[in-house]
Amino acid sequence: MSGVRSGTGKEPVAVVGIGQTRHVAARRDVSIAGLVREAAQRALEDAELRWADVDAVVIGKAPDFFEGVMMPELYLADALGAVGKPMLRVHTAGSVGGSTALVAANLVAGRVHGTVLTLAFEKQSESNAMWGLSLPIPFQQPLLAGAGGFFAPHVRAYMRRTGAPDTVGSLVAYKDRRNALKNPYAHLHEQDITLEKVQASPMLWDPIRYSETCPSSDGACAMVLTDRAGARRSPRPPAWMHGGAMRSEPTLFAGKDFVSPQAGKDCAADVYRQAGITDPRRDIDAVEMYVPFSWYEPMWLENLGFAAEGEGWKLTESGVTELDGDLPVNMSGGVLSTNPIGASGMIRFAEAALQVRGQAGEHQIDGARRALGHAYGGGSQFFSMWLVGAEPPTT
Amino acid sequence: MPSAKPSVMRPVRDIAVVAFGQTDHRRSTDELSEVEMLMPVLHQVLAATGLKTSDIGFTCSGSSDYLAGRAFSFTMALDGVGAWPPISESHVEMDGAWALYEAWTKLLTGDADTALVYSYGKSSPGSVRDVLTRQLDPYYVAPLWPDSVALAALQAQALIDAGDADEPALAGVAARSRQDASANSHAQLSGSVAQGVYVVRPLRTGDCPPVGDGAAAVILAAGERARELCERPAWIRGIDHRIEAHGLGVRDLTDSPSSRLAAQRAGAFERPVDTAELHAPFTSQEVVLRKALKLGADVVVNPSGGALAANPVMAAGLIRLGEAAARIHRGESDRALAHATSGPCLQQNLIAVLEGDA
Repeated sequence: MSGVRSGTGKEPVAVVGIGQTRHVAARRDVSIAGLVREAAQRALEDAELRWADVDAVVIGKAPDFFEGVMMPELYLADALGAVGKPMLRVHTAGSVGGSTALVAANLVAGRVHGTVLTLAFEKQSESNAMWGLSLPIPFQQPLLAGAGGFFAPHVRAYMRRTGAPDTVGSLVAYKDRRNALKNPYAHLHEQDITLEKVQASPMLWDPIRYSETCPSSDGACAMVLTDRAGARRSPRPPAWMHGGAMRSEPTLFAGKDFVSPQAGKDCAADVYRQAGITDPRRDIDAVEMYVPFSWYEPMWLENLGFAAEGEGWKLTESGVTELDGDLPVNMSGGVLSTNPIGASGMIRFAEAALQVRGQAGEHQIDGARRALGHAYGGGSQFFSMWLVGAEPPTT
Repeated sequence: MPSAKPSVMRPVRDIAVVAFGQTDHRRSTDELSEVEMLMPVLHQVLAATGLKTSDIGFTCSGSSDYLAGRAFSFTMALDGVGAWPPISESHVEMDGAWALYEAWTKLLTGDADTALVYSYGKSSPGSVRDVLTRQLDPYYVAPLWPDSVALAALQAQALIDAGDADEPALAGVAARSRQDASANSHAQLSGSVAQGVYVVRPLRTGDCPPVGDGAAAVILAAGERARELCERPAWIRGIDHRIEAHGLGVRDLTDSPSSRLAAQRAGAFERPVDTAELHAPFTSQEVVLRKALKLGADVVVNPSGGALAANPVMAAGLIRLGEAAARIHRGESDRALAHATSGPCLQQNLIAVLEGDA
């Protein structure tokens, strides 16, 4: 074979359309197909594109047991206009919404397709997610109910390790639930939320209280990703992808650090390297991170390099991560306010993109130029992240 | 399907299958977990290339929680890979052929030069015929529990009604596949196999795939790296996949327009292939695919015995790609087509065109 082609550099990837459903506990008015189509249609309207403009569809969701449909993309092909097109289905546990966007981005970056629709969803009202997540014996020990039962000991380990005061978790929940009041798509809108109410809510999995826990939601999120030519036709400012990565490590092994997993650190380092970020705290304007239980905000602040080890809770406590702080975190209200599990990662990615497009509405951070979207899943073992910017990448 | 003639998609980077491994496929593997079933296959492909887990740039797998009967079943398999230090990794809830496709796109971006792809499925713990009904439209079709053999029988009958096949022709496909499988030590069903009684008319036992467990793995490498790792790499000249409508009532079951479109995009019609590995679990589906892909009588179809000889669900498509590549590695083929399918009656199809250096 003559002339081995060794690649011509990546095609830059732009986000030109974003659509979400209004997330709620149960969307009894629509089928699964109706739910995903609603988000997809909104993303296409945002991009001012038609179904025919989409070259391929990449869909993600968490375990099929949540809806009781095996490989539902087969049934959703029609609703997502995928007939006659390539359709890929990603499943990487809780990080899946982020991973799905990254797989779609690769199709553009690798010059396989020009415009790709990516979508993630969960219709959790179809089943009981907590028990769907509670694996049968012998895969898991008895009495380990739901994700909270798995993560609570790791939160406790963080508190012991850092000496963080007991109240930090409630501060995160109070902030995220207030942020959600500015986001019309958020599931929880607790108009009368107070810090006292959060702190007085029932203890579910010590030290995690009811109000420090994510809800169970029905919802979908979609994005239209495209190449430079597509971005030029975009009616609204695109968000440009500056870096993206996935990392995985085993569930359990001797030496695993559940508080600050190595896979999370490596994933962030890879994204920062691609994006030319040397000081994340200074270089990044806003963060949408996957915080299903309040304490994961300070934990991820350290894991992602925004704070030194043991110092993450101080950023939270001093208000740095508030909407008006110098490093706003989860402006949308985050996973603590909206959690259609399979979509939660993509909502983080999409909300980061909305910020740099200046399209985040009431929860917009003025002048946000670079934002990080973060997702994780499994036993703190799957990570996916992307960094998006208002300007196209220079390399 | 769109009517405009689709253009061939030329990959921006030369990527090849450099190693392939599979288990001996068996009716049941009660004594093995999925990880235990998978481990030897991973070791096979790593040994064939001399690579270690830490040398692999990207890892991607395909499997199904519904087969495993538990959520997040793929997380256990990751333990077998040895994902420490952490690895760049992804998973599709699809046949491993689509995991290979995702890995191929990752290599196209230049982010990685090598990829490990694997998939596995154990059909033995449940009734796979019934499990697959959970793939169907959950509101209008799944509540009726039409099983996978019944749906394939509808397709076979449509084919017979259209004059494209008759029962002896289907029996011929079955006999040829199992005869060819005699040379495949991994096959579950080979040699002289009786056509047997009707399972669902017009399909007899012999027209249906064996139910079984198995795993497969492939290593991909780009450019010069591929030549270092394999004497005769199986270059992926093109690969594409397409899906059709889900409702069987709106499809022509005697044709596979999605296979044809994927084949066009993959460049399959630019020059004839000498070999085709078709993922046709039912004899009638081979007839549909041969017609849609315009495969002539001179093309060697399913020399491995195909899915009629071993059909570990979620891995059987990846095995078609692996078998085609292995024939190129061995110098038994210069240009081969590999096909994978998913969904009822060939709803979704993937086509790859593989070539060896002259």
